[in-house]
Amino acid sequence: MERITAALGMVGLLVLGVAAPAAATGPAPLAAQGCLGCHGPGGAGMASVPPLAGRDAQQIEAMLRGFRDDALPGTIMNRIARGYTDAEIAALAAYFAATR
Amino acid sequence: MATALTRRAALGTAASALGLLAAPALSRAQGTARLLVIGGGFGGASAARFARLHHPEVEVTLVEPLTRFVTCPYGNLLLSGFRGIGDITHSYDRLRGRGVRVVHDRAEAIDAAARTVRLAGGETLRYDKLILSPGIALRWGAIEGYDEAAAERMPHAWVPGDGGQIQLLRRQLEAMPDGGVVGFAIPPNPFRCPPGPYERISMVAAYLKRHKPRSKILALDAKDAFSKQGLFQDGWRALYGGMIEWVPASQDGRVVRVDPAERVLETEFGTRHRVDVANVIPPQSAARIVLDSGLADTSGWAQVDPATFASRAAADIHVVGDAGNGAPMPKSGYIANNTAKQAVASAIAALRGVPPPEPLYFNTCYSHVGEEYGISIVGIYRVGPNGIVEVPNSGGVSPRGDLPEQRRLEALHADSWYASITEDMFG
Repeated sequence: MERITAALGMVGLLVLGVAAPAAATGPAPLAAQGCLGCHGPGGAGMASVPPLAGRDAQQIEAMLRGFRDDALPGTIMNRIARGYTDAEIAALAAYFAATR
Repeated sequence: MATALTRRAALGTAASALGLLAAPALSRAQGTARLLVIGGGFGGASAARFARLHHPEVEVTLVEPLTRFVTCPYGNLLLSGFRGIGDITHSYDRLRGRGVRVVHDRAEAIDAAARTVRLAGGETLRYDKLILSPGIALRWGAIEGYDEAAAERMPHAWVPGDGGQIQLLRRQLEAMPDGGVVGFAIPPNPFRCPPGPYERISMVAAYLKRHKPRSKILALDAKDAFSKQGLFQDGWRALYGGMIEWVPASQDGRVVRVDPAERVLETEFGTRHRVDVANVIPPQSAARIVLDSGLADTSGWAQVDPATFASRAAADIHVVGDAGNGAPMPKSGYIANNTAKQAVASAIAALRGVPPPEPLYFNTCYSHVGEEYGISIVGIYRVGPNGIVEVPNSGGVSPRGDLPEQRRLEALHADSWYASITEDMFG
């Protein structure tokens, strides 16, 4: 179930690029959608793949950076995290932290 | 089933929950904006669901001939016996529950100027934006002798339809004597699901190893290299010994002619391979409606703006999924799902008169080499001045080497991917 908070509404608008000024320079429009193919509806997790929704933003960010820098072992996340900028990682973390 | 009342009620709740602004630009004289989606697969179902979830003010109609959708992904696991047809068959009921009008009919013709689509059943649907995701057509006759009748004897199992083709291939494997030869004809690039033929070879090998261990696989390829090649070949050696012979194009692997009655696969230089079961995966193009509507170029695929997936040939039409040319991204279910969302967001942005979202595409393709042996390829893509480019130093394939825990986890995550992405389409 994808319950979306008002906070997510704001982040969602940024991520979806509806807020045009932010979209011009802003990070990772729709990037969060790319995670949902494995991390379950709304990022709620799916079987062996852990949830992202509702986790602490700093924790998500630290994990993504850790995967990217090979400081954390992963199955496929190291290869994935290397594709994103710092700003995109921060935006993804904020998005999922605001998702319940 | 959404009546006008429930749709309005749902819209009110979702819109306030999202804190959405009223979107007057979306309102046409006669009511809300109409998004029409043709094709109910990885591109189309994802587009319809995403639109209802994130743009609830838009009316969404989905046209799909089949009442239940059988996925290509995981179809190969029917051949090994790891899955049954029910595991890969999906209903449109929950999309209906989300307010998608699902019409089970075939889209016959698009009138891009009038923004209408005529259905085989006679109805004409109007749209403000069209998301076209009809998939592929098999190029009958591209391999001499391989037509629709031949496919009943030498299945392609590459367009799932009602699941009949993959089940036919499974029955032929069951009927084959131990010690028989299973032949594959594998097409040149580009084609749907680049690692698919090699996962299929793996799953057939898994079946044969268990039930008919004296049998062989002869894989005749129109290419000299293939997706995740090193990983597949490592896995084949580790799990199936010498059962699989792969013949590249440079060693006369390209099948140019078939004789369905004799089950013969004939290659470029005239070698006739008589096999007991033949899986012929022919060359492909975009689905017929894309060709008939003048949306494809001479390559047979629709050319699109890589940032929005808007057709280069007609206004107000976005072509997503395997029918479009998203190179260098693969024709995968994940890319179809991912780019469908970008297309919907871009189409709705255009209706609002705002710029489309910045594109950033993501792909993961898992393949099963064995039941507990999975491998993957990952890609993250941006749009540059010359089109789509993979982000340097990211993505790529699983590490090689003797890594049983990595393989076990990837097989497990593949199952999670399947469950997750089909929820993101049909849930």
